[in-house]
Amino acid sequence: MIYSEQKPWSEITSYLSESESLFVLGCGGCAAASGSGGEEQVEELTHKLNRGGWTVTGSKVIEFLCNKGLVGIRLARISDKIESADSILGACCGIGIQAVGKIVDKQVHPANDTVSMGHFHGAWPSEETCERCGECLLEYTGGLCPLTVCTKGLLNGACGGSHEGECEVEPGRPCGWELIYDRLRDIDRLDLLTTYNDPKPREKYQKEPEMDQRHSLFWAIEAEEVEESD
Amino acid sequence: MTKFQDKILENELAVTCEAGPPKGTDIGELLEELDEIGYLVDAFNVTDQQSSVMRVGSLAVSHRIKETGHETVYQLTCRDRNRIALQSDLLSADVLGLENVLALTGDYTTLGDHPHAKPVFDLDSPQLLAVIRDLNDGVDMENNDLKGTTNLFPGAAVNPGADPVEPQVHKAKMKANLGAKFFQSQAVYDPRLFKEFMEKLREAKVEVPVLVGILPLKSPGMARFMNQNIAGAYVPEEVIDELDGSSDTLKKSLEICSRVINQTVGCCEGVHLMPMGWETHVPEILEKSGLA
Repeated sequence: MIYSEQKPWSEITSYLSESESLFVLGCGGCAAASGSGGEEQVEELTHKLNRGGWTVTGSKVIEFLCNKGLVGIRLARISDKIESADSILGACCGIGIQAVGKIVDKQVHPANDTVSMGHFHGAWPSEETCERCGECLLEYTGGLCPLTVCTKGLLNGACGGSHEGECEVEPGRPCGWELIYDRLRDIDRLDLLTTYNDPKPREKYQKEPEMDQRHSLFWAIEAEEVEESD
Repeated sequence: MTKFQDKILENELAVTCEAGPPKGTDIGELLEELDEIGYLVDAFNVTDQQSSVMRVGSLAVSHRIKETGHETVYQLTCRDRNRIALQSDLLSADVLGLENVLALTGDYTTLGDHPHAKPVFDLDSPQLLAVIRDLNDGVDMENNDLKGTTNLFPGAAVNPGADPVEPQVHKAKMKANLGAKFFQSQAVYDPRLFKEFMEKLREAKVEVPVLVGILPLKSPGMARFMNQNIAGAYVPEEVIDELDGSSDTLKKSLEICSRVINQTVGCCEGVHLMPMGWETHVPEILEKSGLA
């Protein structure tokens, strides 16, 4: 289980150009359970985008956007709607944004921030990674997370220590910022490299879940068990 | 305005020389060696636990060098300090009278002699430049007012040998926008590549003065070691072959340094020497390059 919350509307719209057309993707897995990416939220996002003057070419909720095989099959059926959109708005966790970005050759804007659930890590069977930093930056980095693809977790470009694309720290590991550079070039968004990213607010990392999160998510199971045994 | 800052701001050719603090407290020998060549350089650039090897700190050594009458560039990396410590050290540098600071990300911890250490990297080098700009303006990262502001002259690093080099150009532009007043480059052995990099910088409207990095190779083995182990350093095979084929390695190595200087100073604003123990040969390198 990965918990995500919708970003402020002003932040989401700051990603979009005036005449941008979008396809809205939701996730029927964790994001639906978090109340940030299910049918209801996708419908709401679509409505708000239309009202704001943006064109929405279509929308879809796919159960588990992290499952690239499944996402590929589902999106293939509606490829015309994806093709006619300039970009995709993903209402899901950071892993979903990265996974969709691997399948679709368009920018995938994150609608959500992935929030720390303390020391609960869940399980994740593929290469996309998310540190649940609470302030998703995937908009500016081509859908590759600089905190996890860069060994040093740098937010503002390569350290200069790589050689022939390899990280200075681990031979064989690609330089994360070169991957980001390649991806931004492929989606024609190298302009994003000039975006300066502020230092991360560390208090959002590895915090204990809020009380309401505990009661609405996996913590609730324990709470029920405790109640029953009482 | 100091001698080094004057030269940078006036676009005059500046010469800096790296000073590597030792592991331990005995810095007498280092201070003496530097003092002997001090008349040749505009500032000594003091490394911050270079290659992640634990040593005496650059703050203390910069201060001690300054006491001997020489200007310094205090290097500060983000590897070992969080934002509280970085800001505090910058205030301390100002209190100790240090004028210049080089904002670096830092090598990764596992490359040094304490591979089990926790890597910090709370900030990166552009963010550190933003911090220096703000402290100079009288506020800390949380916008709290300072009682007495810093007056630090910030610089940053560039790597002309990066492949692809475009991300480095973008990053240099970002650093310039955040207030970097000078750049020093990683070691350069290929003047053509350096010139191309300078052209790309200027095309991107980055007008910040650049000091070309010069690192004498003590042996072909050292060159190969650097290629395998030193982040950001790359010696082309032709240069290693040139050293290999020479009967007098020292002479050949100094000749390579002077050649690179001669072929690059026309397109940049200064020289940054990294003698790595060959401090006594600095006069010869500069003389051969017509800079002494």
